[in-house]
Amino acid sequence: MISLTSPVRTRAHAWPAGAKLAALCVATVLLFKAQNIWVHAGAFIGMLALYRLPGPVFFRAGLRALKVLWPFVVMLAIYHLVTRTPYVGGVIVLRMLTAVGLATLVTMTTQLSDLIAVVRWLATPLRGVGLKTTYLETAIALVIRFTPVLLAKGTKLIDAWRARSPRRPGWRIILPFTVLALDDADHIAEALRARGGFDAMET
Amino acid sequence: MEKNVTLIALFAALIAALGLIPQIALPFGVPITAQSLGIMLCGTVLGAKRGALSVLLFLLLVALGLPLLAGGRGGLGVFTSPTAGFLVGFPIAAFVTGLITETWRKGSLAVSAGVASVIGGIVVLYLFGISGFALVTGKTMGEATVVMAAFIPGDILKAAIAGMLTAALAKARPASVLSRV
Repeated sequence: MISLTSPVRTRAHAWPAGAKLAALCVATVLLFKAQNIWVHAGAFIGMLALYRLPGPVFFRAGLRALKVLWPFVVMLAIYHLVTRTPYVGGVIVLRMLTAVGLATLVTMTTQLSDLIAVVRWLATPLRGVGLKTTYLETAIALVIRFTPVLLAKGTKLIDAWRARSPRRPGWRIILPFTVLALDDADHIAEALRARGGFDAMET
Repeated sequence: MEKNVTLIALFAALIAALGLIPQIALPFGVPITAQSLGIMLCGTVLGAKRGALSVLLFLLLVALGLPLLAGGRGGLGVFTSPTAGFLVGFPIAAFVTGLITETWRKGSLAVSAGVASVIGGIVVLYLFGISGFALVTGKTMGEATVVMAAFIPGDILKAAIAGMLTAALAKARPASVLSRV
C-alpha cells in the first residue's frame, strides 16, 4: 500500500504530535478568517517554503499529495474568470491549497504511533469515567491489519470474475466480498474470546 | 462484545477495501468506486449505532494518515479539501440509514434498506457534502448543488444495490445482520 508519510526523516518528526495538531487547527481557523489576497499569497509561499526546507525529495513527495486538488483549481479558475471575480477566486484557491498543504505536512512528518498516542491521550477522560478504551485501540489495530487482507481477497474475487467473463467485474462481487468480511469478523471474535477476550487485556 | 468490536472494525476495513479495489461496473456499465456503497452497507447491516461507529473508526484512521479513501487519499489534508463535507456526513449518513432500516420492519428488507440508503446515503450525505463544498470553495448552496448533482444518479443505483445486498446478506449470514437481529 502507498504511504502518505515522508520518505525522509525531518526535524519536525521529533516535535510533539499534539503541538503540531494544535498549531494546524489554529492555522486553519486563521486561514478561513483572512480575506486579503496578499495574506493568502504569503501563507501559500510560506507553506511551500516549509515543504522545501527538508530537501528536494520531501518537496516532490509533498507536491504529489497536493496534485489531487488540480480539478478543483481548474474548475474554480474557470468559474471566477467567467464571473469576473478573480480576486475572490484567488483567495479561495490559495486558501484551499494552503489549508490542505499544511494538514498534509503534519501527516507527512508525524509517525502513526505518535498520532495513536494522541488519540489515547484524548481518550483519557473516557477512562476516567470507567470506560475501557481497549476496544478502540483493538479496533484501530484490527482495521490496519485487515484492510490489506480484505483488499487481497477482493482482488482475488475480481481476478476470478475476469477469468470467467470478458466484461468488467460487476457489483455482484460485493456480496461474496461482504460475506467474507462478516466471516472474518466472526473468526477474529472467536479467536479473541479464546484468548480471554477484552477482560484479559491490560488497560 | 468481542463480536461487536470485530464487526465494527472489519466493516471499517471493508469501506476502505471497497474504495481501493479496482473499479467495478454498475448495472448500466458505469464504472464506480464502491466506497459510498460501503457507508450505506454499514448502516443497513450494522444498524444505526454500530454503523456510525464503524464509519467514525474508518475516518479516524484516515485522519491518522492511512491512505484509505478512494484513490488512496488520506491524511489530515482531506478534511480541509472541497470534499470534506462528505467525510463529515459519512457517519451521520450511516446512522440515519441504520435507524430507518432498524425501525421499518414491515415488508421486504431489500425495499426498506434501499429506501434507507437513499435517505441516509444520499439526502443526508449530500446535505453535508454540498454545504462543505460551498464553504471551502466560497460558492452558494445552489451553485454547489449544481456541481454535485452529476453524482446523484450513480448513488441512487448504489442505494438500490445496497438494499438488494442487505437482503441477500440477511439470508446468507442472518446472525451478522445486526440491524435486524
